[in-house]
Amino acid sequence: MTPVRITYRECCRQAIREAILTDPRVFLMGEDVGRYGGCYAVTKGLLEELGEDRIRDTPLSESAFVGAGIGAAMAGMRPIVEIMTCNFSLLALDQILNNAATIPHMSGGQFAVPLVIRMATGAGRQLAAQHSHSLEGWYAHIPGIKVLAPATLEDARHMLKAALADPNPVLIFEHMVLYNMEGELDPTIEAVDIASAKVRRRGQDITLVTYGGSLFKTLDAAAALAQDGIEAEVIDLRSLRPLDVATVVASVAKTRRVVIVDEGWKSGSISAEIGMRIVEEAFFELDAPIGRVCSAEVPMPYAAHLEQAALPQPATIAAAARSLVGPA
Amino acid sequence: MTKVHLDHAHNLHLLKEMIRIRRFEEKCFELYQAQKIRGFLHLYDGEEAVSVGIMQALAPQDAVVATYREHGQAIARGIPMTALMAEMYGRREGCCRGRGGSMHIFDRERRFYGGNAIVGGGLPLAVGVALGDRMQERGSLTACFFGEGAVDEGEFHESLNLANLWRLPVLFACENNLYAMGMRLERAEAEPDIHKKAECYRIPSEVVDGMDVVAVEAAARRAVDSIRAGNGPYFLECRTYRFRAHSMFDAQLYRPKDEIEEWKRKGPIVRFQGWLSENALLHADELERIEVEVAAEVDAAVAFAESGTPEPVEELERFVLMDAVPA
Amino acid sequence: MSAFVMPSLGADMEAGTLVEWLKRPGDRVERGDVVAVVDTQKGAIEIEIFEAGVLDRILVQPGEKVPVGTAMATLRSNGAAQEPEPAPPQPPPEAPPEPERPPPEPPPEVPPPEVPPEITPPPEQPPVEVPEPEAKGGVRVRISPAARRRAAALSLDLARLRGTGPEGAVTLADIEAAAVARVSAPPSGRAPGVGFDPAAMRRAIAAAMARSKREIPHYYLTQTVDLRRALTWLEAANRDRPPTERLLPAALFVKATARALRKVPELNGFWEKDAFRPGAGIHIGWAIALRGGGLIAPAIHDADRKSLAELMAALRDLVQRARTGGLKSSELTDPTITVTSLGERGAETVIGIIYPPQVAIVGFGRIVEHPWAVDGALAVRPVVSLSLAADHRASDGHRGGLLLAEIERLLQKPEAL
Repeated sequence: MTPVRITYRECCRQAIREAILTDPRVFLMGEDVGRYGGCYAVTKGLLEELGEDRIRDTPLSESAFVGAGIGAAMAGMRPIVEIMTCNFSLLALDQILNNAATIPHMSGGQFAVPLVIRMATGAGRQLAAQHSHSLEGWYAHIPGIKVLAPATLEDARHMLKAALADPNPVLIFEHMVLYNMEGELDPTIEAVDIASAKVRRRGQDITLVTYGGSLFKTLDAAAALAQDGIEAEVIDLRSLRPLDVATVVASVAKTRRVVIVDEGWKSGSISAEIGMRIVEEAFFELDAPIGRVCSAEVPMPYAAHLEQAALPQPATIAAAARSLVGPA
Repeated sequence: MTKVHLDHAHNLHLLKEMIRIRRFEEKCFELYQAQKIRGFLHLYDGEEAVSVGIMQALAPQDAVVATYREHGQAIARGIPMTALMAEMYGRREGCCRGRGGSMHIFDRERRFYGGNAIVGGGLPLAVGVALGDRMQERGSLTACFFGEGAVDEGEFHESLNLANLWRLPVLFACENNLYAMGMRLERAEAEPDIHKKAECYRIPSEVVDGMDVVAVEAAARRAVDSIRAGNGPYFLECRTYRFRAHSMFDAQLYRPKDEIEEWKRKGPIVRFQGWLSENALLHADELERIEVEVAAEVDAAVAFAESGTPEPVEELERFVLMDAVPA
Repeated sequence: MSAFVMPSLGADMEAGTLVEWLKRPGDRVERGDVVAVVDTQKGAIEIEIFEAGVLDRILVQPGEKVPVGTAMATLRSNGAAQEPEPAPPQPPPEAPPEPERPPPEPPPEVPPPEVPPEITPPPEQPPVEVPEPEAKGGVRVRISPAARRRAAALSLDLARLRGTGPEGAVTLADIEAAAVARVSAPPSGRAPGVGFDPAAMRRAIAAAMARSKREIPHYYLTQTVDLRRALTWLEAANRDRPPTERLLPAALFVKATARALRKVPELNGFWEKDAFRPGAGIHIGWAIALRGGGLIAPAIHDADRKSLAELMAALRDLVQRARTGGLKSSELTDPTITVTSLGERGAETVIGIIYPPQVAIVGFGRIVEHPWAVDGALAVRPVVSLSLAADHRASDGHRGGLLLAEIERLLQKPEAL
């Protein structure tokens, strides 16, 4: 099979299309997914091809259509709910936390909620404070749901299928700067799991742990570090809940140094959780303090230079790594 | 033409169902004060006609979504008192293994989708269940119960709009008992005529005397017929009153005692029982037999709960994540 | 006779104050009758009774605050006569004394509830000075967890270390460097680089050997091995080699031991946390005596897979680097077993002390000519005394014996090594 050149956006689109064509229980609903073709053009053309029953435009009612997704899932469907961005998901937080995450346990196992919610996330396009959040770490705090962050083309193409097969509510966070990313889809990968972290670059001097939109900045930082003879091992978490701590710990046991890169605000972020897990499970492997590169604790500003200064960058990631490798 | 078939058997059935709910709630009231039931307890005394009347119009394949004041719906839907009482005792034998308590009754077999502690939280769920049922062509409808307080939450408006936009088979049953916890209707609603809000979404609606079980059943049958004919959702504003406080720990500073007494005099059981007696449709020994049977049923439920067992602590994390969708 | 108690009206209600009795002793009550008014943090609430009967005796007076569950009155069943006045019950501590029937006047004086004595916090104490074990002169050592653990394993004195990590922290690399410098210091005692003295090495060896004897239950096995075939083969093999590449018996000893460990893997690994952890490979630690005293046993990695020529080269290389201070830290930490061979000037038998956390040490004595029984007749053969000292927690004599038997067997077929 020859490799295919494809965008991350197209991978998402093909995943949705394939799911709907192969399983009559699957349908997609959300704002502007139909006639508009999707805020990020992910679902362009799908309404025409698949029909109004399977691609449903909803009114601006996050709480109602997320709750409806939950109810439909409880009644036997496999809905994909698209919340335009994670910024709007706050309006549906009650449904996600108090219903989706809670009903299976609270009902004593009588009802499952096999629901997938997809959201765009992240910053970098000067969309300002109310449109630039990274809340996947927040959601990863909640027991009863799964939280995914596909960064690669293969994950964008195949994670949805695994998420739909999972009997639990699964939230998929697609970083908006990745939609345009183009590359070759590995044809040998036909399915992926939604629980493991993957080593994207091998190295023995320091571990860089990250996920989602920050992956490529981290790989760029690793390339820069290699120029200075520092070989970084880059881990793509892929799943934020559950966290594959074992993969991280195995890497830290080898490199003994780690920096966590997370686009959320530093305080109480998922980077804090990962750091603590490393302390709990690999304390005696550490040869240096654990480092973090996160977003500055500010509402994301509009001006380009301010926004870029607030976000993790390859330069700041590399600098954090260098400071831990020590004045050699 | 929707008619309620008031033969002798049905009359006794309606009366007994309301008495079952009332006696169960009275027992809960007592047990809570004896610290057997804990947490929050919201009793249904006075509202029995709403649940009982509406349930007559539902079929087993239909779904029910209710609120934290859901004992009436649960009992009228057929969930055994034993399972309910054991649930409130926090026992593994409860309908939810003791996980939910009074506010979170679920029953898969009877399509009872909770018990919800968030006011308005069940409405989107009900819309979704109806959507899922319709997409799978089950021919069923979803009865969604909520209080008049819920009409102030955004979810109410979002859900009604979406339900009628997509012509979903939802019976929106508003139990207007005049008080949202301590907030009297007129102090919270710019438009206190609740059913008019449904009209804004072009949903056919009715105001029903919620203290008259026959009127409720008749209205419910009209609603259900309309929904099953494919006309989309229907809205019933059932005007009723709760005789007890909002929950157990409530000094009821917000309403006068004589108002409560006045409503008690025209309560659903008093009215129906009185009407039956006046019209010689009920014999004294039949009533006594009902009371004896209900008392025994309630006692058995308490005994079942008393002898229940706690869920082992080792199972605490079970069902946080499901291994499979239950068949 | 039953009791009417202060009910629980809410999860956070702990007590209630009786405001008013709405029924009197002697009144008949039905289930559901309101009998009293209780004041709570939320306001006054009427409370009901759930039994039918006759109110008998009032136990709590208006104005009294009592915890939930306290009996406030007694109830006797319909038809029962009033019970005679019982003896005044033992008052509970802190409760007011049981009054006689009070006149219908103001309620009796309710003594204030006993307030527990004010708990004063202990006076501010200066923080206790806990001396840092490694610190000399009260200075804390900035050291990473991994480095600290490794230093403990090597019995290194932290106080004398300088760190090269972030903000001068001591890192693993610093520890490894210190360990190597310690063992390869020239006997003159001048400190190269890191600043230590040769006596420290002696102390380190002393500490390690003492710990080994203290903690490891050694058992010992010996065997005498006929080396005639091995030496004959060696002579032939060396005929075609330049002197610098000549194979020594040591290479055969290492290879035979390494291959034999494949059959007895429980002697190849570590004893950690009450369990045996097998080594990931067979890395023979080769004991090297250093000039001026001192011993080091760096690893020959994957000795079972190296050819004899490779092993010989590795042995030469290790000895040279050990004496000049060029060993790598992984060579010091990786041995899964140690082999000690006394060579031509040693005693006939050497029985070693296990280097923890390893679980065995194999010893080869000097090769000597001994009388030997061959087909029932007396002969003279070159033999070597082969010994095993092993950790009895990880293996038994039977398994140890298998190792020695296998080494002996392999040494009879040198061409296959």
